Amino acid sequence: MSVVDLDDAVAVLGQFPALAGATLRVEEGEIVLLRGPNGAGKTTLLRLCAGLLPLVRGSGSVLGLDLTVHRESIRRTVGLLGHQNGLYLDLTVAENVHFWGATVGASDAEMQAAMQRLDVAGRLATVGVSKLSAGQKRRTSLACLIARRAQLWLLDEPHAGLDASARDELDETLRQAARSGATILMASHELERAGSLATRTVDVIAGRVHEVMP
Amino acid sequence: MSTMRIARLVAAKDLRIEWNSRVFVNQVLPFAGVTMVIFAFALDADSILQRVAPGLVWLATMFSMLVLVQRSFAIETADGALDALRVAGVDPMAIYLGKAVALGVQLLILEVVLLFAAVILYGQTIPADGGVLLVITLISATCGLAAVGTLYGGLAAGFTGRETLLPLLTFPAVAPVLIGATRAVEAALGTAGAVVSDGWPWVGLLAVFAVAFGVGGALAFGPLIDE
Repeated sequence: MSVVDLDDAVAVLGQFPALAGATLRVEEGEIVLLRGPNGAGKTTLLRLCAGLLPLVRGSGSVLGLDLTVHRESIRRTVGLLGHQNGLYLDLTVAENVHFWGATVGASDAEMQAAMQRLDVAGRLATVGVSKLSAGQKRRTSLACLIARRAQLWLLDEPHAGLDASARDELDETLRQAARSGATILMASHELERAGSLATRTVDVIAGRVHEVMP
Repeated sequence: MSTMRIARLVAAKDLRIEWNSRVFVNQVLPFAGVTMVIFAFALDADSILQRVAPGLVWLATMFSMLVLVQRSFAIETADGALDALRVAGVDPMAIYLGKAVALGVQLLILEVVLLFAAVILYGQTIPADGGVLLVITLISATCGLAAVGTLYGGLAAGFTGRETLLPLLTFPAVAPVLIGATRAVEAALGTAGAVVSDGWPWVGLLAVFAVAFGVGGALAFGPLIDE
């Protein structure tokens, strides 16, 4: 079973068909890069997979759940990380991870493991998020995704706002996550960096998906 | 996860944020205190102040509530956490109930502090026979204010110019609470010859208001934040 399975999917923003018949399959453990110009439909594709937009035509499923009927259930199993991190700035790293983990009933051990995996346990755990660097915030945000058991990571410009070392850290984190079974679908304009990270690249042009031959 | 369990998590998270940041203690309570002092300067004579003290307490509560509501949603929007909750499929009814409970706890503390401020600044007395009415009035009015504040706070959070939009939406909606709570507290304190029995019908109004906005808010919050 594919993690993402879209067949001729159409999604509209207002009256505009931002996805005009997209077909895409993503398998478990893949890191798929969506590339394309602004307004091509990359973010819409991520939001459709996150269950935030209705499927107007065509068919699609995410993690085996039908996009036309199980959008609420899909939301609970995917993590969408955009330009913002979705963190509470006045809470510590540990408090953020515990909050997000608790929303799905994760155990303390799971939350601790998530923080250790993203290297935000120990001294950093008790630091307020407002005091963290951009890279540390991004790692904390990914720890929250792991704590709430997201199986499909949807990342929109994950490298935006990070310096070179933080980008390297993020890339390593994503590789590790994919090796551990997470599936990652990411949109990026940083083609060189994201391209070397991805196991597969697809072009999104005018709301349609085109496979890029290796 | 049940709605109530998520609501408890959200309420605990909001109260933890206030504990960590101390905005309630260091900014909201002093603001409420200053408002009471300004009222005292404006009205000056003790006899007038004692007569209008219940109304001034509730006016200061409502001004301070706006600050609390703005703050309650600023923490959600500063780094996209409200969007993240929505994306994660967290039950909007639970978010609404949790945030309303956290707001209600802070409002209740604020109201008690303001009542003591009225005793100290305005020479107001609190008779023992009005104690039960006073406590029930505070609780029912707080529930109504928290329900309205959370609903409109969530609505305004998605708009530019939310700082000015929020009072415009909230004040007309909470006018029944201002009237009912003022009359009930006047009865509890025996202001201007009012007796305790005069206050209970107003408590009934406050309870109906709290239930109506609580149920309506819980049902409407999801579609509101989705917009």
